[in-house]
Amino acid sequence: MDILRFATAGSVDDGKSTLIGRLLFDSKAIFEDQLASVERTSRDRGEEGTNLALLTDGLRAEREQGITIDVAYRYFATPRRKFIIADTPGHIQYTRNMVTGASTADLAIILVDARNGLTEQSRRHAFLTTLLRVPHLVLAVNKMDLVGYDQQVFEEICEEFSKFATKLEVQDLTFIPISALNGDNVVDRSANMPWYDGPSLLHHLEHLHIASDRNLIDVRFPVQYVIRPHASSDPELHDYRGYAGQVAGGVLKPGDEVLHMPSGFSTRIKKIELAGKEVEEAFPPMSVTLLLDDDVDISRGDLICRPNNRPAAAQDIEGMVCWMSADRPLAPRSRLVVKHTTRTVKAIVTDLHYRIDVNTLHRDETATQLGLNEIGRVRMRLTQPVFADPYSRNRLTGGMILIDEASNTTVGTVMITDAR
Amino acid sequence: MRSDYLLSQLDVLESESIHIMREVAAEFERPALLFSGGKDSIVMLALAEKAFRPANIPFPVMHIDTGHNFPEVIDFRDRRAAELGVRLIVASVQESIDSGRAVEETGRWVSRNRLQTVTLLDAIEEQRFDALFGGARRDEEKARAKERVFSFRDEFGQWDPKNQRPELWNLYNARIKRGEHIRVFPLSNWTELDIWDYIERENLEIPSIYYAHERLVFERDGILLADNEYLTRTEDEQPFMATVRYRTVGDMTITGAVVSGATTVAEVITEVAATRITERGATRADDRTSEAAMEDRKREGYF
Repeated sequence: MDILRFATAGSVDDGKSTLIGRLLFDSKAIFEDQLASVERTSRDRGEEGTNLALLTDGLRAEREQGITIDVAYRYFATPRRKFIIADTPGHIQYTRNMVTGASTADLAIILVDARNGLTEQSRRHAFLTTLLRVPHLVLAVNKMDLVGYDQQVFEEICEEFSKFATKLEVQDLTFIPISALNGDNVVDRSANMPWYDGPSLLHHLEHLHIASDRNLIDVRFPVQYVIRPHASSDPELHDYRGYAGQVAGGVLKPGDEVLHMPSGFSTRIKKIELAGKEVEEAFPPMSVTLLLDDDVDISRGDLICRPNNRPAAAQDIEGMVCWMSADRPLAPRSRLVVKHTTRTVKAIVTDLHYRIDVNTLHRDETATQLGLNEIGRVRMRLTQPVFADPYSRNRLTGGMILIDEASNTTVGTVMITDAR
Repeated sequence: MRSDYLLSQLDVLESESIHIMREVAAEFERPALLFSGGKDSIVMLALAEKAFRPANIPFPVMHIDTGHNFPEVIDFRDRRAAELGVRLIVASVQESIDSGRAVEETGRWVSRNRLQTVTLLDAIEEQRFDALFGGARRDEEKARAKERVFSFRDEFGQWDPKNQRPELWNLYNARIKRGEHIRVFPLSNWTELDIWDYIERENLEIPSIYYAHERLVFERDGILLADNEYLTRTEDEQPFMATVRYRTVGDMTITGAVVSGATTVAEVITEVAATRITERGATRADDRTSEAAMEDRKREGYF
């Protein structure tokens, strides 16, 4: 059984909580005491019916305001797959939390109310999802029961979204008409929409092919930690030097010729260990330890790749930034700390090319700074090189976070478009 | 190994947890692992062992001992730490009470649950720890479902749920100032069933109270509590023998048992897969205080 991570975007009004509640309930992942607690709270608050949003809106402030502020993670499993839901907030002021949830997602579900069609919010969610390159996108047209299960309503929304999607880099798009409240096309195909011949939402989630989403071609192994057993009674371990890390790309095998960055030195993989046991190959997202033929001076922040397929050792980065700080804006000459794979360096913003309007996708080239939750394209200069690929090629070697040197908080994220 | 490059869910979770642990070992000066002898911390310790093999675990383990623990669990804790050769630090709630730092609660639900926070924060300060691994899982509770893997704590040990650091991909921000620390939750994405599946797969030893056994219990507010010296029973609360096991391990004063005949991991898994009640809901009196009991305790610095 494998894992599918998916993010849900949309507001309570679109029926997001009802949909999550329905998926959890039908897969028996809601427990009686949770349901009882939600029912009790709904009743105490004088609400009609059971407010399923209370299942995921776990914070006091969220319950008070009736909105999702931060990502909630929920878990359920079917006999085919384990699922991790990142239930992300829809409001624009919590964009940074939606970005957090989308960064690790294999799939995103964007919910649209069939009565309202596409809104500014659904366009923004689609843009953010593709900015983070979530490989699979589902547009779930909800509340079909309230439009009489009308095929034409569904198709008009699909058409409008498809037209909008041509402006985005959507890799895989699926449209599903549903009623989360009644369960139409959520778990089982609905008899109310005989004109729809696609899969139910759960069937789609269960059968989606995600293995190819990882980059298994470009070998990328950021060295995270060097394992050197000290004071060991075992003489065989005296010379043990293991390079521990999580494979970010490609397939590694013992005997493979590899290249160390930044030195450019080549050697071969002697052995690969997984939790102390020898294995025959390593691929993403395995956390392994590499033992090499030659003694090379390798430390945290270095990278192991193949001699004929290297990332850029880049000090000049072009990329899309999502700014996440209310305390300070991002502007040319801003100084920041950058964390990229296992390497932390300093950086200065050299240029802000444009700010993008997340609702209309209009590029404002006169922008002089980015505020909280704003997105734009920047150029940065780093004090030390990072070993980077374009984000479109590899989400792990193409993404970086930006940290404020004074407050230590994470203030932004970069999806690299060009590294040199 | 399969040729389609797919990993099972346990392998994915294991790799993610190991990555988190190595990240902490690389970026912090004085990390420690909170070890209670419960099943989650047992899995966490097993993962730590795997992450650094063949070297030793490069940090100590710490237990916040309320003095109200099950003796079987304390025995297990000491034995396991000795086997691994890790340094075990025991911070005592009783000592916090004796020194006047914490005040014992009174009343029917007398519990040292909340007092643990005082002892924990004092120990962090005294030992100058800058990162603490906790075994909390997001599927346990709705406030925990919101918490980051690297969860920032200010100099008062407080969690600010409305102002969490964004956490993208597998990049964790480990930067803090002196006096602040990070709580790290490597098991964030594990479910109760994953923990049991892993215990079975890795053949991990767990304290005997997780398996069905005969015990003198009494019922209070629908929870089966072990008859013990720290709780005063009312006249209505007559003790009786029952075959029970524990789904979670905490203080004897607040941790309820479930009626069970499961004597092996496989039987426990069958029960867990079929249960309709969450583990905290079934067995923890501490979460019944209010809707936001966990969030409130976490804000104060609780696990």
